[in-house]
Amino acid sequence: MESKCDTQEKFKQLQKFIDSMEDRRGALIAVLHKAQHLYGYLSNDVIFYIAEKLEIPSAKVFGVISFYSYFTTEPRGKYVINVCLGTACFVRGADAIMREFEKILNIKAGETTEDKKFTLSGLRCIGACGLAPVVMVNDKVYGRVELNQVKTIIEEYQEEA
Amino acid sequence: MSNFRMHLLVCGGTGCTASDSLELVKMLKESIKKHEITNEVEVVVTGCFGFCEKGPILKVYPDNVFYITVKPEDAEEIITEHVIKGRKVERLLYVEPNTKKRLEGQKSIPFYKKQIRIALRNCGFINPEDINEYIAADGYQALAKCLTEMSPDEVIDTVVQSGLRGRGGGGYPTGLKWKYTRQNQSDEKYIICNADEGDPGAFMDRSILEGDPHSVLEAMAIAGYAIGAQYGYIYIRAEYPLAISRLEIAIKQARKLGLLGEDIFSTGFNFNIGLRYGAGAFVCGEETALIHSVEGKRGEPSSKPPFPAQRGVWDKPSCVNNVETFANIPPIFLKGPAWFKKIGTEKSPGTKVFALAGKVNNVGLVEVPMGITLREVIFDIGGGIKNNKRFKAVQTGGPSGGCITSENLDIPIDYESLSSIGSMMGSGGMIVMDEDNCMVDIAKFYIEFTKDESCGKCTPCRIGNTRMLEILEKITKGNGTEQDLKDLVELGDVIKDTSLCGLGQTSPNPVLSTLHYFQDEYLAHVRDKHCPAGVCQALFSFRILPEKCVGCTACARICPAHCIEGERKKVHVIDQSRCIKCGACYNTCKFNAIEKG
Amino acid sequence: MAKLKTVEELKKIRQAALNQLDLRSTAESEDKVLVRVGMATCGIANGARTTMKAILDEIAKQGLANVSVTQTGCIGYCAQEPVVEVVSKGMPSVLYGKVDENRGREIVIEHIKNGRLLQNAIINKSFENME
Repeated sequence: MESKCDTQEKFKQLQKFIDSMEDRRGALIAVLHKAQHLYGYLSNDVIFYIAEKLEIPSAKVFGVISFYSYFTTEPRGKYVINVCLGTACFVRGADAIMREFEKILNIKAGETTEDKKFTLSGLRCIGACGLAPVVMVNDKVYGRVELNQVKTIIEEYQEEA
Repeated sequence: MSNFRMHLLVCGGTGCTASDSLELVKMLKESIKKHEITNEVEVVVTGCFGFCEKGPILKVYPDNVFYITVKPEDAEEIITEHVIKGRKVERLLYVEPNTKKRLEGQKSIPFYKKQIRIALRNCGFINPEDINEYIAADGYQALAKCLTEMSPDEVIDTVVQSGLRGRGGGGYPTGLKWKYTRQNQSDEKYIICNADEGDPGAFMDRSILEGDPHSVLEAMAIAGYAIGAQYGYIYIRAEYPLAISRLEIAIKQARKLGLLGEDIFSTGFNFNIGLRYGAGAFVCGEETALIHSVEGKRGEPSSKPPFPAQRGVWDKPSCVNNVETFANIPPIFLKGPAWFKKIGTEKSPGTKVFALAGKVNNVGLVEVPMGITLREVIFDIGGGIKNNKRFKAVQTGGPSGGCITSENLDIPIDYESLSSIGSMMGSGGMIVMDEDNCMVDIAKFYIEFTKDESCGKCTPCRIGNTRMLEILEKITKGNGTEQDLKDLVELGDVIKDTSLCGLGQTSPNPVLSTLHYFQDEYLAHVRDKHCPAGVCQALFSFRILPEKCVGCTACARICPAHCIEGERKKVHVIDQSRCIKCGACYNTCKFNAIEKG
Repeated sequence: MAKLKTVEELKKIRQAALNQLDLRSTAESEDKVLVRVGMATCGIANGARTTMKAILDEIAKQGLANVSVTQTGCIGYCAQEPVVEVVSKGMPSVLYGKVDENRGREIVIEHIKNGRLLQNAIINKSFENME
């Protein structure tokens, strides 16, 4: 667990970001992006903090968070595996790739492994359709992924621990 | 200033960077340093060349040599052979598939032959992070001309005369949109660039923003001058980090030179641009939803009227145009509306960028004149279907579009012709499908997408699409009836007629068009409980052909369910009750002894 | 860099940056002047590299556009190295021999800029009529 001190430090960064904004009108989404970037997910504490700073009712903040799929209120794994499920990847077999990940990691899309190492999720097109099917692990892109590569990709991150 | 004798242009688009083009740049630079020719040769990272299938792309100037699929380890050879000794690296040249001839120049490659590049004119030609290169390529000249020589009305007239139509999907005349926004009096107005490219399989906007960000900034400033706005927003997907960073750099550079900011060219015109990030909601591509999202709210659409031209961001008149539309603006002013009108068809002048993807040989970004046929795009530019399979259909317009079959391949492409055959232009995604794709499964894929992305505000879209998905799932599982097909049509018509925004109004298109063109395939699913393409797992099986099986045991070894039995050199058999239909055996067998059907 | 106040200032930046892009736009142009420097091992040993640099430098100095300087392999005229070929529209294609730094600059000024051939340095007017 993070100590209170760490949390305070991080809130300072968020505060700084909010203060530095030229135009605070409609800033909520940008602030949520920043907060998720800093903390990995949006906890209740963070949400209440943002609501207070931007003077927006926290219900509204929750409403925005739940609307956009990019935001998450659950902690995510160390490695986020995103299988592109855009059309180009789909017609080249992305759904089978997703099933393979689900099978090996023993979780469903959208879930995180118990050891908090991997989060598996689907994504709609990153625009690298020439490389379909595409899998992204954090920021690294794997192109032309074949079924038997799935295991190797996972192992690449298993060993790093 | 140093005089480089040679420029090495390396594609830095998302597709090529994913296949290691930045590592290639690093290796090239290291090799150049090693051979002490740093002041002779410059390595330039550019935007997308469009030929993503063969990436990473490297182009050598002035020799005009076009290398494909260049790996980081090829860097040394390119430097020592080509750059130092002037000998081309033959093995990295493009090979013409029919004649097997190696082609040097970019223009000689069939993929580029039929293209006319207006919106993509600078992609793969200039360094997107250097404003000077954009200026050298006539950048900001159009803005200068508008501000110093033309009145806002003249600017709008020029766009109207050019006949430019919105490239984001609807095809609404851009000039008229500007005109209506100008007519609405207000102290504040806004220009919005819609860069929320949500259609899966379309990536032209991303490529323009990555490869030529200044052209969009310049066009927004021109639009701002025309309608009387002083501020512009670019609403961009958070999934495009590279495009975001290039835009940030471009805005900074333009501000520094005073091409954005106060009193531009001493004309008293002020214009600034800010970025707004999307957060993964497809519906935000719809302009009223986008406006709400720019305001930091839930991106739900609202009914029109009032149109954004009347009441947009912060309830002020706003004009929303798409990235590709903006990228067409500067050339129209530099070369004149008559020049633009001559390209393309009478009702749809100019070009359109298509993202060609799916089961086609040359996946990539192509810009072609309107009026070209789908056949030319898919077979001449795209190089035909992968692995010599049979063409089945091409899906245009993303989740709002429909499928087009071979009988309509020779129709000239424009906004009207695509609508008349049950599809639409959309943002320009073009997904090619072959005989292995099941059209019921494709329709299900799109409905699953719209069901997920429906914002939930209006009932027909929220519940209607869910019901449609349920019916399609039932069909693909082998429990469908002919009545289900009738229900799908009825449900689809209701959703189209009664939904609030464009998302719902077009969402049944993929289902309705496949039902129309591939009725046989749907009937096979419901009547014969059979999936002809062998995709829907419940509706096909694998079978080993005794006359072809040699008993090599390869299938039995790879089967993850261990359900293939048989002795060495004897015919093998699949236990159907345990088969999970993963297809591993089918892909492994070297003797074509496994049948799918 | 200071903020631009006038269109003229934008044009100035354009002029200055044009050199940078000229290399690329020239490659596609059909009526460009093409300068080929023989840069095989023997050419380089005879100083072709210095010649090439001098030619590039002079082109920049004279502010010439639409000139493309490329290298080529062995032309086969070893005794005359470094060898430079100039191809331009409306003039015969010319092969110059023993082109050192100074002669390189001369070629740029006389042949390319002023359109006069350097009679004393010509090996041959074109490959077609070479004996």
